[in-house]
Amino acid sequence: MNNTSLDDTIAISLSVNGTNVSARVSPRGSLVDFLRHGLGLTGSHVGCEHGVCGACNVIVEGRVVRGCLMLAVQADGAQITTIDSMSPDRYVLALQQAFYERAALQCGFCTSGMILQAAELLRRNETPTREEIRDALSGNYCRCTGYHAIVDAVQTASHALNATPSGNRLPG
Amino acid sequence: MKPARFEYARPTNLVDALILLRDHRDDAAILSGGQSLVPMMNLRVASPQIVIDINSIPDMDEIAIDGSTLQIGARSRHNDVLRSKLVQQHAPLLSMALQNVAHEAIRNRGTLGGSLALADPAAEMPACMVCLGAEIVLRSADGSRSVAAADFFRGIYDTALEPDELITSIRIPVFSADWRFVFHEIARRHGDFALAGLAFGRQYNGEIVQDCRAVFLGVEAFPRRLIEIEQAFIGTNLNDRGTIEKADQLLASSLDCLEGGEYPTEYRLHLAQQLLVRCDSEAFDENRR
Amino acid sequence: MSSNGAGKAAGYIGKGMPRAATRRLVSGRGRYVDDISLKGELHAAFLRSPRPHASFKILETTEAKAVDGVIAVLTVEDIETVCGPWQCTLANAPNLFSPPQRPLALQRVVFQGEPIAMVVAMSRAQAEDGLERIVVEYDDLPAVTSIEDAIAGEARTHAGAPSNLALEYVQSTSGVELAFDKAAHVVHQRLKFNRKTGVPLEPRGILASYDPADDAMLVHASHQMPHQLQLIIADLLDMQLNKVRVICPDVGGGFGIKMHIYPEEMAVCAATKILGRPVKYVADRIESMLSDVHAREHVVEASMAIDSDGRISALKVDDIQGLGAYSVYPRSSTAEGFSALRAMGGAYKIEQFSARLRSVLQNKVMTGQYRSVGHPVAVAITEALIEQGARARGESSIVFRKRNFVKASEMPWVSPAGGRMIDLSHYECLDKLLILSGHAELERQITVWREQGRVVGFGLASFVEFTATGAEGYGRAGVLVSSQDTVIVAMDPTGMVTVQSSAAEIGQGIQQGLAQIIADAVGLPIVSIRVNLGDTQASPHGGGAWSSRGAAITGEVAWQAGRKLRAELLSAAAAILQTEAEQLDLVEGDVIEKPSGRARMTVAELSEMIQFRPYDLPEGLRPQLTVAHGGGRGGDTFLPTNGVQAALVEIDKMSGKVVVLKHWVVEDCGRVINPLLVDEQIRGGVVQGIGEALYEHCRYTEDGQFASGTLADYLLPMAADMPDVSVAHVETPYSGSVLGAKGAGEAGACAAPAAILNAVNAALAPFGGSVDTLPISPVAVLRAMGALQGVAA
Ligand SMILES: Cc1cc2nc3c(=O)[nH]c(=O)nc-3n(C[C@H](O)[C@H](O)[C@H](O)COP(=O)(O)OP(=O)(O)OC[C@H]3O[C@@H](n4cnc5c(N)ncnc54)[C@H](O)[C@@H]3O)c2cc1C
Ligand code: FES
Ligand code: FES
Repeated sequence: MNNTSLDDTIAISLSVNGTNVSARVSPRGSLVDFLRHGLGLTGSHVGCEHGVCGACNVIVEGRVVRGCLMLAVQADGAQITTIDSMSPDRYVLALQQAFYERAALQCGFCTSGMILQAAELLRRNETPTREEIRDALSGNYCRCTGYHAIVDAVQTASHALNATPSGNRLPG
Repeated sequence: MKPARFEYARPTNLVDALILLRDHRDDAAILSGGQSLVPMMNLRVASPQIVIDINSIPDMDEIAIDGSTLQIGARSRHNDVLRSKLVQQHAPLLSMALQNVAHEAIRNRGTLGGSLALADPAAEMPACMVCLGAEIVLRSADGSRSVAAADFFRGIYDTALEPDELITSIRIPVFSADWRFVFHEIARRHGDFALAGLAFGRQYNGEIVQDCRAVFLGVEAFPRRLIEIEQAFIGTNLNDRGTIEKADQLLASSLDCLEGGEYPTEYRLHLAQQLLVRCDSEAFDENRR
Repeated sequence: MSSNGAGKAAGYIGKGMPRAATRRLVSGRGRYVDDISLKGELHAAFLRSPRPHASFKILETTEAKAVDGVIAVLTVEDIETVCGPWQCTLANAPNLFSPPQRPLALQRVVFQGEPIAMVVAMSRAQAEDGLERIVVEYDDLPAVTSIEDAIAGEARTHAGAPSNLALEYVQSTSGVELAFDKAAHVVHQRLKFNRKTGVPLEPRGILASYDPADDAMLVHASHQMPHQLQLIIADLLDMQLNKVRVICPDVGGGFGIKMHIYPEEMAVCAATKILGRPVKYVADRIESMLSDVHAREHVVEASMAIDSDGRISALKVDDIQGLGAYSVYPRSSTAEGFSALRAMGGAYKIEQFSARLRSVLQNKVMTGQYRSVGHPVAVAITEALIEQGARARGESSIVFRKRNFVKASEMPWVSPAGGRMIDLSHYECLDKLLILSGHAELERQITVWREQGRVVGFGLASFVEFTATGAEGYGRAGVLVSSQDTVIVAMDPTGMVTVQSSAAEIGQGIQQGLAQIIADAVGLPIVSIRVNLGDTQASPHGGGAWSSRGAAITGEVAWQAGRKLRAELLSAAAAILQTEAEQLDLVEGDVIEKPSGRARMTVAELSEMIQFRPYDLPEGLRPQLTVAHGGGRGGDTFLPTNGVQAALVEIDKMSGKVVVLKHWVVEDCGRVINPLLVDEQIRGGVVQGIGEALYEHCRYTEDGQFASGTLADYLLPMAADMPDVSVAHVETPYSGSVLGAKGAGEAGACAAPAAILNAVNAALAPFGGSVDTLPISPVAVLRAMGALQGVAA
């Protein structure tokens, strides 16, 4: 057989959840596919591959982006954080706890993207209103919960964070 | 739903990008925010042979004020433009409009230049640029030119951009303090592309409207200034509530509304009329304050 | 409360507890099918018909085979060597017409998106490269798209078929016409329901691996019923059942979409058998939209007769249901139509009933059971008629409802539509809802809003939802779908308990529910219970997740299994402690003496002794630390639940968009095992119902082209557009079981569309207009307000 080769690849190096990674990737591979299948970090999910659902959200250079709309090659040199991180920041931790307690997830497929997006909101706005939460999460689909519990959980996390101020506050 | 194969280039300066673009022309695609190009590639609606990633070219995302012109680099991310103090101060229309563009994660990545190059008829930025009389600065390996936004948009996803050209920046004139701009749109859901939207501005001398700009999005194939409508307002007293009725009447004959499955042309016309009324009254209220 | 102690023991039953398993999910440690890889796996992609109806020929595959990374290009001829066709048949509806279906189309395609060929490659991207090189010639045939065209029957969905009618069913009680003749009021309602689909956020996916040495197959699938899938794979691939192992790992939502047999899944099983290597296929979103079952395409005409006392005397319904190109296998798309009929008349005592159901074939993808199967259709039509009836009588619809509800004293009552009404609480639910929503004050507020020019409306919908289908549901149709479960409870030497069951976890939380039930049933702390689901190799055959059956059926079996283990433990303890089992109790893992409450030993000590020192036990005592209990429900094939929903909506006068300001639900699912989880089931269902009412539409063009392929075209409810949803309960335990639990998973979806529809029409009433099509389009709303010229398209 002469046709079992994979695509031609390009070398990249990046930091993922604090670990330096060097890898070769096909130019056409998306960042989320690389994280999931190249690195085995399956916490980010793939729900649409056209930017609508938010299940693939990851943090690139401190900003939440769609992992399905960024090429893996574009992550060369970047700092990436995913939900798989073993040392989540205080926002993510508070949200994980609140989502768990409030049953703000059912199948869990949307949850990683939802939590990362909510963490970005809380970093920017420590005491969001329900409306602001709904607004900030409107690019993240959840088909199971109907969102009410998610909004509750984000509020709970916000209260918890404000009750325990800490130095680990990220800028802007 | 994976892209077809392509070659990938990430030039680190503008000249290299332009040379690549010249060499590959229609076979190349510029990758800016990727929020439109990558979905199209995933769907294999777009299958460029080479993708030229402009994200490593320095200085393409600067926002600066240069005399009476606000200059925004083409690769400025939507959220950076949205949160820019300079933009809020000198082109508040953009800050208003950008709140309606997509969602946080998309805005973290999507760019102004990409939005203009794409020229989606329902997109906010093209209409705003026409409304503000922006100049779109284009570069090719052969040189640079600047095209008025009014001449840049030509049809659905159709612009004056040549295959070897890149948008490098956008130059927006700063309007005098007697101008008031408002932006409104109607989308089916929060953050969706607009069913119809209106970028609207008026210049006042006391209570008299001196000048006016009205540009719709989502209603016609591409954004343009509606001169007839603007004329209807100019010279009128803002307390004269008859003007808006006349302007609304005029819309029926002025607009060539898009037709799309679920939404018949009369619906878009209705939305356009409603938006005009709303923007008019809001600009009115605003001015009274 | 039952005599068996379920009430008394209730430490965990009835307690709102988070799901232990979601600790994994919030940290990104879920394992969905696409997260699982097998060494040597290949990736499949499907060439799909771009035409809705055409005969076709594959002219060329050699170029595709030469594409980098492509391992094989398979067509129906290849697949048919290992996987036979299937055909939906119903023993109790022998006239059902639905032709055989294959993993890949044979000579003729009958819906856009139907798979024609399969490329298997080293990567999904390369498989897709291969697709582009296959050359196919199509010869178009006329396509049947709308229900109306299907009935007219000029074109045929299946060329050469006698008609497009897959099934026609009529029923009538004897006094219907008389009731209409004598009626003081007759009201009519026509409603059109457009197709929608479930859109679980994780698309369908399968990873199948065949071992030729053992003629065995390991399948990981995103599916709601591992055992049903196992049975059908074994049947269609002609394998021994116990050599097919199906594992459903974490499943990213189902909603009924993942309980059918799909061509793609079967093609993957065939491909691994042909190639001898693991093959993976995960539908991308475009494929999901195009090939997942759609649901609820109906045109319903109904009339209600009301006598001079304001009692509903008769209901007449004519329902045409679109099936798509096939009746879906194995459960049949017609189940939705029958389900709708059964739920017609819902909460009301209507003695005279006639119905006609026509299920028609169309050149579109199959429709199938989707959350609350058929009920939303029935509830919307019934509740629209209720509003009309009340208006005709000039009274409040609340009064009209209350006059016509089935009273507790009248139950059990078998409705002429075939539902056995038992243990329902219509009055309590409605009263509670009126309080919950502050209805009296709200009505005043609405008047004020209207005076201020706002277009607002409040809508109510009572409902009966049949849940937890029993054996006769599919049994009498000759369809091999299990309504039973087995629960295995095993105590390890440390006193921890591992549970296996044929129930399936798809996010609804049954894993947690079972843990709570078993903890109470045995008398153990909840942390000691670990429930494992979703593996056919670990659990005997059983039902999986459908029809909101987990708490009502599996839960009941789990209770029994837990009691068995408890009995074993107590009799062993009694023998060791030289007392009687009746003198002992098991509480939170301690064996205690009654009535003193003195702890005598722990289950850990007991279990350790039984496991390692059986010789110390009294002669002849062989306590079983692993016990199993299996079964299902005997009576009540369909277990009714009930409730009331209400919506407050506002219409944006500019655009005609409907904004849901607030939504309320009071429902009665019998004994609530875990209120935290039940509430969220309700809320999630409500929002799917709001989607159905306002946004979701699988659109086809007139010539059969699917036009809702992306999530930009198919509109799902998003956070910013959804209201908060208030939920409350009335608990009327099911009298036919120990726990008294009924299904809760579908009640939200069941009546939300009806409540929204009634609210919108209430808002439109002052304008003299109304809407009758779901989803409710802003254009139709503006037309109903007289704010837009032109007639509805
Ligand atoms: C879910 C979702 C919702 C969205 N909603 C909206 C919305 O409501 N309103 C809206 O306006 N947009 C919306 N968008 C689109 C988004 O704003 C895009 O970011 C934008 O339209 C394109 O910008 P980009 O930088 O991502 O461009 P890219 O995707 O990188 O490129 C788009 C096109 O422009 C070309 N191009 C890019 N940059 C240049 C340049 N400098 N010179 C020449 N050509 C160039 C590319 O070759 C390509 O053809 C949405 C997108 C998604 C995924
Ligand atoms: S998978 Fe990226 S947004 Fe849906
Ligand atoms: S929990 Fe299933 S999609 Fe959100």
